[in-house]
Amino acid sequence: MITAAFPARPLPQPGPLPNDLQLTSTGQLRHLLTVEGLSRELVTEILDNAESFANMNEKAVKKVPLLRGKTIVNLFFEASTRTRTTFELAAKRLSADVLNINVSTSSATKGESLLDTLRNLEAMNVDMFVVRHQQSGAAHFMARHVEPGISVLNAGDGRHAHPTQALLDMFTIRRFKGDFTRLKVAIVGDILHSRVARSQIHALNILQAGEVRVVAPHSLLPAHVEDLGVHVFHSLEQGLRDADVVIMLRLQRERMEHAHLPSEHEYFQLFGLTQRRLLVAKPDCLVMHPGPANRGVEIDSAVADGAQSVILQQVTFGIAVRMAVMSMVMGVRSA
Amino acid sequence: MPEIASLLDSMAEQTRRHFEQRGIEQPIVVGIHSGGVWIAEALRERLGYARPMGKLDISFYRDDFSRIGMHPQVRPSELPEELDNEHILLVDDVLFTGRTIRAALNELFDYGRPASVTLAVLVERDGRELPVEAAIVGAHMELGTGEQIKLRGPEPLRLERVQLEDGR
Amino acid sequence: MSVLIENARVIDPASGFDGVTPVCIQGSEILALGEIPEGFEPRRRVDARGRWLFPGLIDLSAHLREPGEEHKATIASETIAAARGGVTTLVMPPNTDPPVDSPAEVELISRRAEQACGVRVLATGALTRGLKGEQLAELAALQRAGVVAVSNAQHPLASPLVLRRAMEYAATFDLMVALSAQDAALAGSGCVHEGAVSTRLGLPGIPEAAETAALGMILALVEQTGARVHVNRLSTRRGAEMVAKARADGLPVSADVAAHQLFLTEVDAADFNPFCHVIPPLRTQRDREGLREAVARGEISAICSDHQPHESDSKLGPFAETRPGISALETLLPLTLRLVEDGLLALPDALARVTSGPAAILGLTGGRLAPGAAADFVLFDPDGRTEISRETWLSAGANTPFMGWSFSGHVTETWVAGRPAWTMPIEVAV
Repeated sequence: MITAAFPARPLPQPGPLPNDLQLTSTGQLRHLLTVEGLSRELVTEILDNAESFANMNEKAVKKVPLLRGKTIVNLFFEASTRTRTTFELAAKRLSADVLNINVSTSSATKGESLLDTLRNLEAMNVDMFVVRHQQSGAAHFMARHVEPGISVLNAGDGRHAHPTQALLDMFTIRRFKGDFTRLKVAIVGDILHSRVARSQIHALNILQAGEVRVVAPHSLLPAHVEDLGVHVFHSLEQGLRDADVVIMLRLQRERMEHAHLPSEHEYFQLFGLTQRRLLVAKPDCLVMHPGPANRGVEIDSAVADGAQSVILQQVTFGIAVRMAVMSMVMGVRSA
Repeated sequence: MPEIASLLDSMAEQTRRHFEQRGIEQPIVVGIHSGGVWIAEALRERLGYARPMGKLDISFYRDDFSRIGMHPQVRPSELPEELDNEHILLVDDVLFTGRTIRAALNELFDYGRPASVTLAVLVERDGRELPVEAAIVGAHMELGTGEQIKLRGPEPLRLERVQLEDGR
Repeated sequence: MSVLIENARVIDPASGFDGVTPVCIQGSEILALGEIPEGFEPRRRVDARGRWLFPGLIDLSAHLREPGEEHKATIASETIAAARGGVTTLVMPPNTDPPVDSPAEVELISRRAEQACGVRVLATGALTRGLKGEQLAELAALQRAGVVAVSNAQHPLASPLVLRRAMEYAATFDLMVALSAQDAALAGSGCVHEGAVSTRLGLPGIPEAAETAALGMILALVEQTGARVHVNRLSTRRGAEMVAKARADGLPVSADVAAHQLFLTEVDAADFNPFCHVIPPLRTQRDREGLREAVARGEISAICSDHQPHESDSKLGPFAETRPGISALETLLPLTLRLVEDGLLALPDALARVTSGPAAILGLTGGRLAPGAAADFVLFDPDGRTEISRETWLSAGANTPFMGWSFSGHVTETWVAGRPAWTMPIEVAV
């Protein structure tokens, strides 16, 4: 019997790895799609650039001409007044022209595909897309198909990533706490459905945070979540012990409908952040929330409005961080 | 290399005469980071101007942004007072193409509407690309192609000729 | 017509034959292997020196998209692609539009196939009316019309009771039921394997339990009813183990795996590559190894293409909005032979998984080379290369993650019923 008749030949490698897409060959930011895979140096550079803009916001002149003559399109397939407004403000403070396009789900399903929408807008000579979409991978898709020279900024895609939110959260932590390596950061809530949590976990690990914790019931944790580089807690008491920063995530009503949780009531009993629960954390523990907060569901009003809360500062810093990111991706002309 | 101290003395004298002729008593001195700020401080001291000094970082106003991208370490500009109807003494270390001064003027006018802006520079050299001239000049210098003049500081202040390899 | 093919290395997995020997063809059948019969006057002689000759491939699942989705592909376009890939018999699933739930559709498909290049197209009938999973289709009539099995494609059945009744009824006629082992509720809207990659990408996942739970129920019902069941497209190591145990226990169960599951894993979708969007999903390295081992041991006795051609728009969009499926007829043979190169199994065994193995599952007489058997075979040049590229691709759907891959050997001719159905164009020959 004749055995294997072929000489062995090497198997070609499977598909490309991410990050070729958002970085140029010299490692500069061409698009911002996800924090995952960015170097510590690059993330630090983004935060440093944001410092300049944050300081600027306190001065009389709030506008600089960096992006004058450029057109930025806010392409929002998911409604969001808050995020869209901060992107719009950031663009305007850089003197760019802003176009807001809210695509409701129904008009998208009526026929114009994502690709068609992209092509039609490109034909109007725009320079950047800020995209929010209900599907994971939407920003990647746009970045793959967009004309060279046009940048794509991910404002949130499905459950996958919300890089500017994570960056502004890192900026906030750095402002109040400084060195990440000695920090214990707890992220509490619906990790399974949260693009914010995923991006925050990546950012914290890139910045070498001392310990990253997630706190949630099993049914709100994604498979193999430890592989992201986190310690898992199912008890808020244990998860908050000695924490330097706690980030509360929003709980959406739909979770009750799909049997993830019995009720908001029970969730608040077990995982809601109250003054009393906060006591096990460090006395100067920061309280953060990407917003909008469900008072009485994941967080007590007293805590949300309390001395340790930096929720409002997060919003302010969000403009500076988005100005920094927009300036960085627009400042890259060559491929 | 000319001595900085004597250049500064000459500039102070020119400035005193310039503002005396126009009947301006206390202009606001604004220096352009970093060299212009050192020169402005020195001038302000010699002339005894009391009003607080302004400092401009023109990074956000540069016209070569799309080529070189974001400049790291941008310091915030500080302008201590309202500029409307004020007389400004704008100070820089080297006047070459004129683009830095254009950016500085743009930034000043985003803050307010001065009554006048007078430009004082430590060193002026050929190579203007824009119609910008200084009323007060410490020294005029002739330089070869690929040569640059830089002010080192803050202590001690000294001028240095630098040869660039690629000429720009 | 009478044809003599000389000097080919003839490989017949069914009989174990492997050697250089002449093959005589008379009409649509093989007349003789080994010795040229007295008085045999071939009208055509083929010198196949350096070539291999093995039975034409039998593909247990290939969507041809006709009737109903001709914008994606047609019987004509896909049967040519099949022939290029060395496939001489393919089995269509019932989920056409309209579905194959009555003899009229079976006849329509037969007619269209006859007008195409000659590759044999067999139909799977629908298990339930309209594939809705509630009322049985007329299985006896479908069997008379010529379906080789019945299945509900990937559509769920209304309840385990319906599945039991369907299996019992089909068993009345000794009609094989082919089932997808995927629990619809557990799979939900998942589009990738539920695991580390789905977590990173934020995509809804299909857990391993969706396959194993469904498989557990299927196997329990096989035990209860004695019905003959074939499990379509296993994707987990655990599922392969369950099937192996059931077979060892004597249950009338068989299983197949799609060729791509033996090579790709969840990591290949990690950059949102829409060409890796398949159901069942690409799973972990461990699952891939488990499936490969089961194929090597023969516990999974068939490899199929699970061919699903799509027009380009179907794959243009965010991952979860793209349609699942890989256009796979032209990579079935190259991937199967790559298993030999990888040292997983010997050449005759690999070929068995795509010829005699599927034939045995369906109860067909094909998939072998013997006097009296249909003259369906492949002439293969082991020294050439098969490049998977747009330029040479024949299927109407270019949706494959294997674009750019290169494989040892290529098909030079594919014969069906004693006539060449496809010949490799000269300019492509190396």
